[in-house]
Amino acid sequence: MDFVIEMLNIRKEFGGFVANDNITLQLKKGEIHALLGENGAGKSTLMNVLFGLYQPEQGEIRVKGKPVNISNPNIANDLGIGMVHQHFMLVDTFTVTENIILGREITTGGRIDLKKAEKEVREISERYGLAVDPQAKISDISVGMQQRVEILKTLYRGAEIVIFDEPSAVLTPQEIKELMQIMKTLIKEGKSIILITHKLKEIMEVADRCTVIRKGKGIGTVNISETNPNELASLMVGREVVFKTEKTEAKPKQDVLQIQDLLVKDARGINVVNGLNLTVKAGEIVGIAGVDGNGQSEFIEAITGLRKAESGSVKLNGNELINHTPRKITEAGVGHIPQDRHKHGLVLNFPIGENMVLQTYNKKPYSKNGILNFKEIYKKAKTLISEFDVRTPSEYTLARALSGGNQQKAIIGREVDRNPDLLIAAQPTRGLDVGAIEFIHKRLIEQRDNGKAVLLISFELDEILNVSDRIAVIYEGKIVAVVNPRETSEQELGLLMAGSNRKEAGEHANA
Amino acid sequence: MLKSFKSILTPIIAVLLGIIVGTIIMIISGYDALAAFTALWNGAFGDSYYLGEVIRQFTPYILAGLAVAFAFRVGLFNIGVEGQFLVGWLAAVWVGVAFDLPKIIHLPLAIIAAMVAGALWAFIPGFLKARFRVHEVIVTIMMNYVALHVSNYFIKNIITDNKDKTDMIKESATLRSPWLESLTDYSRLHWGIILAILSCFVMWFLLERTTRGFELRSVGFNQHAAHYAGMNVNKNIILSMVIAGAFAGLAGSMEGLGTFGYATVKGGFTGVGFDGIAVALLGGNTSIGVFFSAILFGALKVGALNMPLEAGVPNELVDIIIALIVFFVASSYIIRIFLDRFSKKEVK
Repeated sequence: MDFVIEMLNIRKEFGGFVANDNITLQLKKGEIHALLGENGAGKSTLMNVLFGLYQPEQGEIRVKGKPVNISNPNIANDLGIGMVHQHFMLVDTFTVTENIILGREITTGGRIDLKKAEKEVREISERYGLAVDPQAKISDISVGMQQRVEILKTLYRGAEIVIFDEPSAVLTPQEIKELMQIMKTLIKEGKSIILITHKLKEIMEVADRCTVIRKGKGIGTVNISETNPNELASLMVGREVVFKTEKTEAKPKQDVLQIQDLLVKDARGINVVNGLNLTVKAGEIVGIAGVDGNGQSEFIEAITGLRKAESGSVKLNGNELINHTPRKITEAGVGHIPQDRHKHGLVLNFPIGENMVLQTYNKKPYSKNGILNFKEIYKKAKTLISEFDVRTPSEYTLARALSGGNQQKAIIGREVDRNPDLLIAAQPTRGLDVGAIEFIHKRLIEQRDNGKAVLLISFELDEILNVSDRIAVIYEGKIVAVVNPRETSEQELGLLMAGSNRKEAGEHANA
Repeated sequence: MLKSFKSILTPIIAVLLGIIVGTIIMIISGYDALAAFTALWNGAFGDSYYLGEVIRQFTPYILAGLAVAFAFRVGLFNIGVEGQFLVGWLAAVWVGVAFDLPKIIHLPLAIIAAMVAGALWAFIPGFLKARFRVHEVIVTIMMNYVALHVSNYFIKNIITDNKDKTDMIKESATLRSPWLESLTDYSRLHWGIILAILSCFVMWFLLERTTRGFELRSVGFNQHAAHYAGMNVNKNIILSMVIAGAFAGLAGSMEGLGTFGYATVKGGFTGVGFDGIAVALLGGNTSIGVFFSAILFGALKVGALNMPLEAGVPNELVDIIIALIVFFVASSYIIRIFLDRFSKKEVK
């Protein structure tokens, strides 16, 4: 068999914590090989081993049949291995070409020959159908284009094997489609691809084979033509996964959250939330559907006290809360799973245990007379970590060191544990794997069943349709329609989100 | 290699590197390096007088270091320690000369006056940062100049009648101790060291053990998350500057009530506040780190005075050698990288 890369029986430990245990991955020439695993399963560790950032304790890496010792990323580059990172490594104020040649500048007499470089970049871009303008500034182009620049960068440096790390996490559906096309073109041109992802849909669409790892262990490699999403999901999670979230009929009771004529300005002074009305009752989940940029973020920030509202009314259990401090709102009974977990949700340089009491550190038993009681704090943390299945070496580990899914589970644990009357979940499953998504959805429904109100904001229509009891469509800062998830369709929602009115949308969807 | 072992080894290697390069320079310029470094050592630890002077010297260094470190932990660069130190010095001396009180009231009053003065001086940049997002580095630098000239004006025109130096503070306000002085062969060692050590403990306890410290550290690491969690970010920014200023003011009282016992009109900065920045950074902005790095700075400063006397090395060369040692210690980051490489190879 013709393998371009073989990682055989790789084992990597971090001070007693086994991140990779006997994992084997063999990449054939000219294939798209998916690497599937839950958040924190050890995918990134394995790729960092391949890229020379970590040294494995055991195992062997072979490139084109020859054993190699990759002790730093430069060696990986020389061997023709390139990586498209999830978080782009680009200089915003430089042009595309400048970014691509960074560190490999062609110079004539000490001056950079930009003309020549631009020509080369254009040639590669055309050959692989990337359609990138070599002279454009990074800050002026879309996220999808920026990703293509990253791809170009690896190709410019002569990569034969391109690793994609969660490439679709930051892209719009349209951009994802185009990315899939680009991957296929790369294969046609003789490259080989490792695709790290936990999106089963994408794997089914483009990959030839798939290696699954679970909790650091290699589970096996399957041919995509001989498998289906359900099998992949259960291989990854280690049990059957229910895609359709099971839930009983909602039993809505009294109004918990009442929003009237809410007006919020953004930094430019534009009314991004423009007279929004919404009610959420106890015992129901209301999902906010909308295209990104229709005022969702500002809406959430305003009702949680993070941003000033211009006017309107936000009542919780009948008490006015508009423009109160975040602490008052929290203590009035609002839990908030923030959209950006790194910016708002966690203090990354704190141990995960201390993050668990981020709002309650000044309450008994976590402190008394202003003195923290670390024993109680870490006792609580330990309980939440096991209850919410947060995978971490210990409760003293820095939040920074946890994978995204486990960080999110920690936040959800913290917010749900306070048992708020209203739980606001803003994109709670962004970037998470199916196992974690299922877990989080269950928790949201559990809160609802306990008679709490839940407000869910998501850009994933699947999620909105699956979890919500009522769907409110937001468009240009207003709720333009409230629909029943069982009586609507993706098409109708899509049209409503694009600004069509209810009647039109219904007609179009039926037509 | 053990982490704690490495953190001790790093400064030792740094000092050794500084000594090696200093030796080369002295050999090139024709001086006896061995004699010079012996003189440095003797000048710092050679007899009890020098030891007393070293302790006296690093007492304000500890407090100035804490003043920088405390603000830094909340995410602020307090470059204004020098100014806060000067107003603290002035306030302590003023209270020291103006009142006649029993010692049990007078001394604490003078110390508190110094802390309040420093705190008020630091409140201004803290408030401007919190309220208008004015960068604290610019404001604190300018406040240093204001402090220098305002305190000169006060000394000349208000506390004295056009003199360059205040009267000695009253006996009831002094930190000096004949007993400590006689113990160290009549150095200027005073009780301030107790306050400095106590302050290290206070900073550690406040930051690491209290809910207030939890807020301050949260704001230091991630203001957005602190705001989300319901903490008052602006209040904590101001508070951190006020506490830092109180440490700096206390440092000023060490000079005013201990070392000198008076305040003089100054032509320029004393440098204690700026040395505090180096002390804090070298000490990793922790109170225990500040304590040890202040000892190093104090010992170098006092020991260096002996190099021209005992070994005939000119003052300029002494400054270069001291700067080299500080340079290597401050760039200990580089040494740490080499140690990491070294220990990685061991594993293989």
